[in-house]
Amino acid sequence: MSRTHTPVVEGWFAGQGDDFRLLGTRCAACASVFFPREDGHCRNPRCPGGDLEEIPLSRRARIWSYTDSRYRPPSPYVTNPELPWEPYTLIAAELEAERIVVLGQAAPGISVADLAVGMEVEVVPGALHEDTETVWTTWHWRPTGVEA
Amino acid sequence: MTGEVAVLGAGMHPWGKWGRSFVEYGAAAARAALADAGLEWRDVGSIVGAGTVRGGYPGYVAGATFAKALGWQGARVASVYAACASGAQAVDAARAQILSGLADVVLVVGADAAPKGFFRPAGGDRPDDPDWLRFRVLGATNPTYFGLYARRRMAVHGDTVEDFAQVKVKNSTMGALNPYARYRKRVTAEEVAASAVVAEPLRLLDICATSDGGAALVLSSMEFARRRGVDRPVRIRAVSTVTPQYPNTVLDLPDIATDSAVAVQPHPDTFRASIAKAAYEEADLGPEDLSLAEVYDLSTALELQWYEDLGLCAEGEGAKLLREGATSPGGRIPVNASGGLASFGEAVPAQAIAQVCELTWQLRQQAGDRQVAGARAGITANQGLFGHGSAVVAVR
Ligand SMILES: [Zn+2]
Repeated sequence: MSRTHTPVVEGWFAGQGDDFRLLGTRCAACASVFFPREDGHCRNPRCPGGDLEEIPLSRRARIWSYTDSRYRPPSPYVTNPELPWEPYTLIAAELEAERIVVLGQAAPGISVADLAVGMEVEVVPGALHEDTETVWTTWHWRPTGVEA
Repeated sequence: MTGEVAVLGAGMHPWGKWGRSFVEYGAAAARAALADAGLEWRDVGSIVGAGTVRGGYPGYVAGATFAKALGWQGARVASVYAACASGAQAVDAARAQILSGLADVVLVVGADAAPKGFFRPAGGDRPDDPDWLRFRVLGATNPTYFGLYARRRMAVHGDTVEDFAQVKVKNSTMGALNPYARYRKRVTAEEVAASAVVAEPLRLLDICATSDGGAALVLSSMEFARRRGVDRPVRIRAVSTVTPQYPNTVLDLPDIATDSAVAVQPHPDTFRASIAKAAYEEADLGPEDLSLAEVYDLSTALELQWYEDLGLCAEGEGAKLLREGATSPGGRIPVNASGGLASFGEAVPAQAIAQVCELTWQLRQQAGDRQVAGARAGITANQGLFGHGSAVVAVR
């Protein structure tokens, strides 16, 4: 039985494979970029406010910092309490063109020992958790040159 | 320069895991502060409560809750909630009432009864709330943000995990001397290194716990203090409650991303540095005038960051300042003479008030074995969730 793939948050990312991108918005008046997307009003206090247009963010970024989660996070993070906790890695990556740092989980199997500040990563589609009907999808950062 | 207010009394309930109501801790701290000031509760015209979100209701009911516990006497009430910055907000609200002539004497109270384990967002499905989202989408607990900052410092400034451990060693040495601290045992670098990794590179003993506790201050106008015969009270000379400048380019709790700096050049001061700068400007003094500082060491690495943000040393030289012993007892500028959060654990709405209690005792030369010799001026600093700046300058 095939399960539905549903983004954990609607409108934050889209696309498959090499076309997968984080989605932000850009102010038509001042060119400020927002992620998570700002759809209400531009938050630059010197800007009169322009239309906010959806844009895909750069696919590649450089590691600003990284860490991991050795203990099970509390709800609303979804985990199976029956299973032993498997730590995962978190990466804060700096997108050069947008001059923004975006936090994300690392692709499965990537540990802190594989990483260094300044290393190039790319955004790839990932699964946050699964239940009987749904695979909840998210974004992952993965060092470039590493195959899934 | 803004006018000064006098600190007539300071009081605390010891930090710990006592398993009782936050009201009890707050009322005990309030009674201690009133006794220290030599005032009766019925003489107090106004009470400001710093709220807890874990007292059954969100914080907005805290002020009146403490007033009721002390006995209704009709005082003006205000309640504030700004996460870790709640205490500074409460001090600021009290100061504004005094300086505007609305009240002569104000009682400031904050107390918390903390749950076990990680702080977590309020319940329910709230996809519009960045605090809910970071847990739902990333499982990003507070310690993971501390881990990110620590790793960044290691990469950019060459800090080591041994430096971080030394912060804990230093703070536990001071906390062992503080009767209000929860952890009163000295910790060695080996014990830090042997504790479990929570968020790489940080270990359990690098990260502050959550605690029960209560702290209170009695503030008054300078004129009221004089009438009471208090010649040289500790004076609050500045309260900084600034917000960040767009674009805020340091990844900060609880955000998933920074602001983008693509359209607007970032301000040369980071948010944390701007908190201190606003306090210095208002107090008309600088870091070179300080005798001590109480900073929010949510993690050991974050204490080193504060050294730089407070201007105690240049950027990147926090670990060097620590290694030189400048921030230790007897050093040029002791930091966290109270023992800091490392020795207290965080009791959120009480913590920023407790920082001012420590300054008060130090400036009065009443800090016992942890006294900073000849203390004349001190600063407290912290940062509340969502962009609440918090710093207090006190002098005597
Ligand atoms: Zn704009």
